Amino acid sequence: MNLDFAQIVPYIPFILEGIKGTLLVTLISVVLGFFWGSILALIKISNVKLLNWLAVAYTSVFRGTPLILQLTFVYFATPQLTGYNISQLEAAVLTFTLNSGAYISETIRGGILAVDKGQWEAAKALGVPYHRMMLDIILPQAVKNILPALVNETIALLKESALVSTIGLADIMQNANVVKGTIFRYFEPYMIAGTLYYVMVMILTWVARVLERRMRLSD
Amino acid sequence: MIKIDNITKSFGQLNVLKGISTNIGKGEVVAIIGPSGSGKSTLLRCINLMETPTSGTITINGQEITAPKADVMGIRQQIGMVFQHFHLFPHMTVLKNLTYAPMKVKGMSAAEAEKKARELLARVGLADKADVFPSRLSGGQKQRVAIARSLVMEPQIMLFDEPTSALDPEMVKEVLEVMKGLADSGMTMAIVTHEMRFAEEVSDRILFLDDGRLLEDTPPEEFFKKPRSERAQQFLEKVR
Repeated sequence: MNLDFAQIVPYIPFILEGIKGTLLVTLISVVLGFFWGSILALIKISNVKLLNWLAVAYTSVFRGTPLILQLTFVYFATPQLTGYNISQLEAAVLTFTLNSGAYISETIRGGILAVDKGQWEAAKALGVPYHRMMLDIILPQAVKNILPALVNETIALLKESALVSTIGLADIMQNANVVKGTIFRYFEPYMIAGTLYYVMVMILTWVARVLERRMRLSD
Repeated sequence: MIKIDNITKSFGQLNVLKGISTNIGKGEVVAIIGPSGSGKSTLLRCINLMETPTSGTITINGQEITAPKADVMGIRQQIGMVFQHFHLFPHMTVLKNLTYAPMKVKGMSAAEAEKKARELLARVGLADKADVFPSRLSGGQKQRVAIARSLVMEPQIMLFDEPTSALDPEMVKEVLEVMKGLADSGMTMAIVTHEMRFAEEVSDRILFLDDGRLLEDTPPEEFFKKPRSERAQQFLEKVR
């Protein structure tokens, strides 16, 4: 066995720095993706046929193509098409938002449809306008029902965010790559990167459990 | 006050209402009874446009609510509705359940809405439950909150869709008492119910529906003594 963690020690802070990139991409994307997914879900349950169709087609495309292709496409094709020199972070956040929005929209749609029909009736009977009913009555209950699924989506996103290393964004994965290239050792930097991802996922799982317990208090 | 003129309602091939006409006067309490599937709930739900009649017109205070351009939201704000299964908003406290619509729909100030809400909670005997969530309430308490939630909008008409059918027997009375108090206060009410004794005691008129038709429109004394139609006689024999 050829293991030497002493050599990696000076590089550990550098790998840790990657947490910033990973978290930035994950958190911004999941928040924006949630809003985008909510809008898509509302479009899907609306009565406007053309918009329905567009939202369904959108979801189908983003779920039906590889994420790494979407990321590469956004990063390299955007300058070609628009002349705008998109940054790595912008490309990463845009891609992950568009992609997670597609997945989250299906989850939210299911959550909305699972809200008791009586809630819609009660809101309508009180004369509550559609948009207020959705925002104040239906969505809060839908989100509560799908909270575990949303956290799972965040966890998936956190892990998938390692893909941004392919466009050179300095996340945990990319910094581990750099260290590997510097000291020519594989096991140690990736072991550290893996541990970091795992710890972050565990923290998220714990947050999910606390949140769920809190929300259940109002039941 | 409410003028229902020859309304029909079909769901696909199924004709639920087959031409119903009646009037409900201001302050009048009307009980709608009949076998299940007779169209009672559908008729009630047409009055606040939860269902849109297939044909025919409904006029409230001279305004034709079934007109294509009618302001549905505005109409519903003036008509309270109480459901069999309460449908309180589970993510809001009792107080919030009451203040939500007046604040968000009518633009009432928070202070005024809360004052009114607390008054109404006291009126239905639940002043001490303002800050709990609906899941902590019994069925009877939930239904009383639901009634208060409708009343806080200051409706001109109250509709009740089998308000006691989902309740345990020992909780029926507390809800009926609140409804009786409301009737005594002069509220215009239409009640779909299976509580014959209550209908007899509280209502001014009985509407008996069978198979989408209005077979009887008579005062309760007359109806419960001897209904004119044979279907109503059979129905009464079964339920009493």
